[in-house]
Amino acid sequence: MGHNKTPAAMPEITLASRGMVDGPSGPKPTKRLSRRNIMIYGILIVVSLYYLVPLYVMIVTSLKGMPEIRLGNIFAPPVEITFEPWVKAWAEACTGLNCDGLSRGFWNSVRITIPSVLASIAIASVNGYALANWRFKGADIFFTILIFGAFIPYQVMLYPIVIMLREIGLYGTLWGLVIVHTIFGMPILTLLFRNYFTSLPEELFKAARVDGAGFWGIYFRIMLPMSLPIFVVAMILQVTGIWNDFLFGVVYTKPEVYPMTVQLNNIVNSTQGVKEYNVNMAATLLTGLVPLAIYFVSGKLFVRGIAAGAVKG
Amino acid sequence: MAASRPNQLFRNMAAKIAAIPMIVTALVVFVGGTLWTVAYSFTKSRLLPKWDLVGLDQYERLWGTRRWLVSIENLFIYGVCMLVLSLVIGFILAALLDQKIRYESAFRTILLYPFALSFIVTGLVWQWILNPEFGVQNIVRSLGFESFTFDPLYNAKIAIYGILIAGLWQGSGLIMVLMLAGLRGIDQEIWKASRVDGIPAWKTYVFIIIPMMRPVFVTTLVIIASGIVKVYDLVVAQTSGGPGIATEMPAKYVYDYMFGGQNLGQGFAASTMMLLAVAVVIIPWAMLEFGGRKRGT
Repeated sequence: MGHNKTPAAMPEITLASRGMVDGPSGPKPTKRLSRRNIMIYGILIVVSLYYLVPLYVMIVTSLKGMPEIRLGNIFAPPVEITFEPWVKAWAEACTGLNCDGLSRGFWNSVRITIPSVLASIAIASVNGYALANWRFKGADIFFTILIFGAFIPYQVMLYPIVIMLREIGLYGTLWGLVIVHTIFGMPILTLLFRNYFTSLPEELFKAARVDGAGFWGIYFRIMLPMSLPIFVVAMILQVTGIWNDFLFGVVYTKPEVYPMTVQLNNIVNSTQGVKEYNVNMAATLLTGLVPLAIYFVSGKLFVRGIAAGAVKG
Repeated sequence: MAASRPNQLFRNMAAKIAAIPMIVTALVVFVGGTLWTVAYSFTKSRLLPKWDLVGLDQYERLWGTRRWLVSIENLFIYGVCMLVLSLVIGFILAALLDQKIRYESAFRTILLYPFALSFIVTGLVWQWILNPEFGVQNIVRSLGFESFTFDPLYNAKIAIYGILIAGLWQGSGLIMVLMLAGLRGIDQEIWKASRVDGIPAWKTYVFIIIPMMRPVFVTTLVIIASGIVKVYDLVVAQTSGGPGIATEMPAKYVYDYMFGGQNLGQGFAASTMMLLAVAVVIIPWAMLEFGGRKRGT
């Protein structure tokens, strides 16, 4: 690591002097490779490598041929790079009788994720707005129930929802799953939006009221344009969450509309046929690609989303 | 804000209409669904739910089933290890990242990325890495340690720790982020004061910083705990509950009996037990957190 003579590389001094921008903090000029620094960076690098190993193993395995996998070790880089496993995972891998690869699951997931994300954000943002700015009697009670609902194990509500969906004829369909995702996304998203809208200056709301704007007018003309960042955070949260869902997918859909995670599990853990580890890893990587891409692109916003999800209301 | 005068049912009508999805979800799905499941756990429903009360029969059978007992034991081992280890690892990593180091965001990005991946992906990758024929065991053996054995997914005695390794890899980044946020919330004057007094850094952490971060720890604990009870996909992907029933989990028991075994009553009883377990954690926390003081919004 090429950490040069920045004072920031000296934790002992900077820790003490943080927040003392104005005062004469006067750190001693220090050796850049103090023992302490070596230890901190050493541990972090080793831990980081450990965290990266699975990603690395996935990538190298997916680029090897089966003979090479049988002979070699899983950490060795591929001698002969082949994209065959990727093609096979995408277009030919079998689940049961269907052999059209993971592409079907991918498109199912796309068709599930987009409406679920839009519906859950639309509903939750309006809920949060009503809770923040138009509080009515009893609103807080429903909100409290909603938040506690987030802690109830899904298993408790699985079957009643099966019955409800069956009643309205959506059990086993893609749209049924969309409704389920909208329902279970509601607690966290409502909390997110409520907290955000509450933090906006109230004068804005009052001024708009004085000007005669109504519930929807204020929502669309003032709240929405002012809250784009929080909408992005909510979107990141929902896209990754819904894409990664397995339980709801397997409970509420049928094999033709299985989302990608369910299909992936069926491909890899199928008991028939010879195990093709390279195809399995390519399929696994393909499934992980969407949330990974979102994660690496969104960076801080992703962290903000999960932090918002973690912080109590 | 609209002053709430009495007998104004139609005041705020738009807001009330807009809140209907929330009200329906809260009352019908969350409260209604939960009560329904609890109620039907006292029936002998099999293929379809049937209102045929049998008292506590399902629970007696549940606690007499070996698979359920193994599931509970697994959940306990996994839960305790996960709680302790992810808190320890998360806190240490956060403390290291909080030393004003360079490349902090790079390290953070690497440590958190597994959290973006699903449990299915996590389980499948670790299934591959822990594969004794090709994975870690094989590598160490080929280095000359012929008798080295590390096959957590094939050895019933330690299989649950194989799941734990994967769970920690996926989840500890989140704890690290929460802890880091907590550490950043500590007043820097504290550090200054302890430096002036010549207290070593580790002592400052243990006796001053950690007690100050109590609320963060409590919240984190609740998050980890409620996540642990739900563990399902990870086990399905990594071991499918095997070898034998060595890595079964309560959530999997529920699913298998409800949708595979056509024994709804067992599924309802098992899920009610899960609810009870969560309530034991959540209710004291909620009373601690929200009880006593009135919170404004």
